[in-house]
Amino acid sequence: MKLPDVFKTVLVRLGIGRDSYRIAPGLYALGSPDTDSPVVVTCNFKLTFDILRRELAGRSYWLLVVETYGINVWCAAGKKSFTSEEVAQRVKESNLDKVVSHRSIILPQLAGPGVSAHRLRKLCGFSGVFGPVHIRDLPRFIDAGMQAGPEMRTVKFPLSQRLAVAFVELYGARKFLLWVLLACLLAAALGPGGFSPVKILSAGLGAFATVLTGFLTGVFLVPALLPRIPFRAFAAKGLLAGAIIGLIPAGLLAGTLPQALAQIMACSAFASWFAMHYTGSTPFTSLSGVDREMRRYMPVQGGLLLIAVLVWLIWSWL
Amino acid sequence: MMQGFRHIEDATLDYDADRCIGCGNCLAVCPHQVFELGQGKAVCRDRGECMECGACALNCPAGALQVRSGVGCAQAILHAWLARIPLLRRVFTPDACCS
Repeated sequence: MKLPDVFKTVLVRLGIGRDSYRIAPGLYALGSPDTDSPVVVTCNFKLTFDILRRELAGRSYWLLVVETYGINVWCAAGKKSFTSEEVAQRVKESNLDKVVSHRSIILPQLAGPGVSAHRLRKLCGFSGVFGPVHIRDLPRFIDAGMQAGPEMRTVKFPLSQRLAVAFVELYGARKFLLWVLLACLLAAALGPGGFSPVKILSAGLGAFATVLTGFLTGVFLVPALLPRIPFRAFAAKGLLAGAIIGLIPAGLLAGTLPQALAQIMACSAFASWFAMHYTGSTPFTSLSGVDREMRRYMPVQGGLLLIAVLVWLIWSWL
Repeated sequence: MMQGFRHIEDATLDYDADRCIGCGNCLAVCPHQVFELGQGKAVCRDRGECMECGACALNCPAGALQVRSGVGCAQAILHAWLARIPLLRRVFTPDACCS
């Protein structure tokens, strides 16, 4: 990858321009493949394609890119855009049966939720073989005669990955944070700020700093310490981490004890909300599990925030 | 397998060993090695690791596996709830995340 590509990767990780980070679907040649070369199927998210090109440099494979609307393999399979039908259609459109002499294609393992290997043969005449989870293991997989051990088949979630996927929340939450800032200033004007613009600004920004602390706790701290924080539910991890980190803005900004408690509660509620949203970035949470924790903890988050705002406002009126 | 990364123990994964033909497809697609092969049939090793992605059920030619599959993503679930409310239906689409 050249330097501009590295720069673009950083932007895409943040979510900027991600919607248009796509590759045209179709058959691509990597190196100089011939009629016996393996065919590797992938999505059309450019970040994935870049990793493929980098990890498989020096190899000669055919790359069959399917239309997933710029979404990664796993999410596209889960959302049913990376399907057996889509793969079969791209196989036919690219006349793959005239390009290679064999009749098998290598699917990413994580396309499994969308692609049924045994149905592919009926649909397009090519049978699907599930490759490893990671592209970096693909050459070893192919050299071993399309065999993968459990270590190639298992998803892991190390610190570097947990943080890499957390960055997308930063950019994604920009509108939300702007609205929160306005709401904080408006609420400050109703009470704690009195009628002085300077006081409104300081009270409003103080409240916003509390929200921001909760946001950063939920978005970065909980993912970073994920296996170390007690509780299974992400929302519960966020409540705990937010309440502890909330001591910082409470200690620095609060004038009275009720104000400090309000800040801790608000920080805890926001940290819980954003930690709960991190479930979508992890490779191990299930629909049942996330559904359950949302039903259980969203009332807690809402209740905490409501009490925090009321305490903050009412104490200023007394 | 994923120490420190377990969410729930009672996933909706349902495995009927009588139907299993021992093809091993579920072992290949499962990202958490929920299954292992024993005596010509798949054995459910640890249901608590299941994330309900649905890959095993979709790739089981014998129909021995059932799971209520979906994405374990709070934003997607929230949007699906909001899309059920008549007026909000215009703004939110079910399963809308990662877009």
